[in-house]
Amino acid sequence: MSGLFAGLPRRALVAMGVFLLLLLLAPWLVNAYVLSILVVVLYYAYAGQAWNIMMGFAGQLSLGHSLYVGLGAYAAAAVFVKFGVNPWLGLVVAVVVTTAMGAIVGFLAFRFGIGGVYFAILTIAFSEFTRIGFDHWLWLGGSGGLFLPVANLSSNDLVNLRGAPVMFYYVILAMTVAALAFCRWLLASKLGYYWQAIRENEDAAAALGIHVFRYKMIAVMLSSAMTAFAGVFFAFYYNNLFPEQIFSMGRSIEIIIGPIIGGLGTLFGPIVGAFVLNPLADGLAELLQWVGIDVPGVKQVFYGFCLLLVVVFLPGGIWPMLARRLGLERGH
Amino acid sequence: MALLEVQAIGKNFRGLRALHDVSFSIPEGAVHAMIGPNGAGKTTCFNVMAGVYTPDDGSIHFDGKPITGLRPDQICRAGIGRTFQVVKPFPGLSVLDNVVVGALNATNSVARARAEAMRVLELLHLAEKAAHPAASLTLPERKRVEVARAMATRPRLLLLDEVMAGLRPTEVDEMVAVFRRVNQETGLTILLIEHVMRAVMALAQHIVVLHYGEKISEGAPRDVVRDPAVLECYLGEEAL
Repeated sequence: MSGLFAGLPRRALVAMGVFLLLLLLAPWLVNAYVLSILVVVLYYAYAGQAWNIMMGFAGQLSLGHSLYVGLGAYAAAAVFVKFGVNPWLGLVVAVVVTTAMGAIVGFLAFRFGIGGVYFAILTIAFSEFTRIGFDHWLWLGGSGGLFLPVANLSSNDLVNLRGAPVMFYYVILAMTVAALAFCRWLLASKLGYYWQAIRENEDAAAALGIHVFRYKMIAVMLSSAMTAFAGVFFAFYYNNLFPEQIFSMGRSIEIIIGPIIGGLGTLFGPIVGAFVLNPLADGLAELLQWVGIDVPGVKQVFYGFCLLLVVVFLPGGIWPMLARRLGLERGH
Repeated sequence: MALLEVQAIGKNFRGLRALHDVSFSIPEGAVHAMIGPNGAGKTTCFNVMAGVYTPDDGSIHFDGKPITGLRPDQICRAGIGRTFQVVKPFPGLSVLDNVVVGALNATNSVARARAEAMRVLELLHLAEKAAHPAASLTLPERKRVEVARAMATRPRLLLLDEVMAGLRPTEVDEMVAVFRRVNQETGLTILLIEHVMRAVMALAQHIVVLHYGEKISEGAPRDVVRDPAVLECYLGEEAL
């Protein structure tokens, strides 16, 4: 991990340091409402980073990442509610379950040569039938939902993940920073090179000695394992889980729209995307409500509009353009 | 014993007989060429050797071990590097990173792979282009990136599929010099498919001629180009 900051220009390090400091001080700088938005922003930055490993690095389009969020959330919540298992141990269960699911999806697709659009459809199919399965799994509440005992907000208990929003804010901030560092390390490793080679051209990658199946499997399993963390966070932060919501395709789209708008395959793309999209969408919804217009789905329309703008004017995403303007190195 | 031993391989695509009963061998350290008119089966033959296709008949041995039916990545790791006739660069990666991917076949250390990649780029006069995205290169440059990538995997046998096509005569001579140097210095065995006879005559010690998927001639270059069967397939019967 020694070379983690190697090759970054000085001003990039300073900018990153200032930004991180602001985020660390945020609970003292902003009110509870803004902090709750920041939690959502960081949640999508983290989940987007996990998704980016599959699509941005290895070129495998998953349109069903809510599957891994949902499985992770339900696994940890279930063992917590039903057996009183500590959330950190529950996280282990969640990661195992989710990675196994990722392995099944990956094996079916890559073993039988399902690629491109068909792979994306397969990921949708898996998240959809898992949603329907959970809708009818009465032991876990079925479509009526699974509820965690509501936290006592006056004391923070990191061991049991019960506490005030500020504690959750720091947890998700730590997760996002760790994910960024981890992905930077991945991208500069042999694994990262091999993933990018597969993304750019599978036949050429194979001709250079790369076992394409194995490296695609690693990408899917790592991405799903990382997404499980987001699911566990979601469960203990919101305290309620409904299959209809958590496994929905809309949630998958919300995860992937950040990295696409921020910059696919770049390290800061998911973070920039999340920071640009969520506050703007929330602000727009607030503004419309304030002037007396209450339109359901205004966020989705806004996301669609942003996607349109980026596809037409900034096909590489916001971050590569931003990095060039600021004189920083692109991506890694 | 020969480094590569191809025995009676055959390959059919539905009704089309692309290869039939083709045998040849290449001793370690040699430079051989494979020629033939368009559609003769040369690239199919390469793809069978490189593991893209499994042959319907026959067998291939490399360094005494059977490699028939192995996957392309296994064949690369066994020590056979190849280029593609229709170049397949990694367009989004820099020229250096393209070659680093190849070099990682021989090492797990990215730092060592970068050093090796830089060495190969210098050998192929691509060092100034190292930081450019591969998508920005001209076709002859992309062909050289293909060669660099394949050479960086540290193969014992290098299969070159028409890497001279589209080059100016001086550039052909430059490439010929590079391959001759690598062959002499490292003992790398080379099999090239080539239409540019200037390169074939300068490099190859032995030529295999394919026509309609069959081997119609083989031998020393100056004998092969006088072989009536070869002249007939290239120029037609009346020309003789």
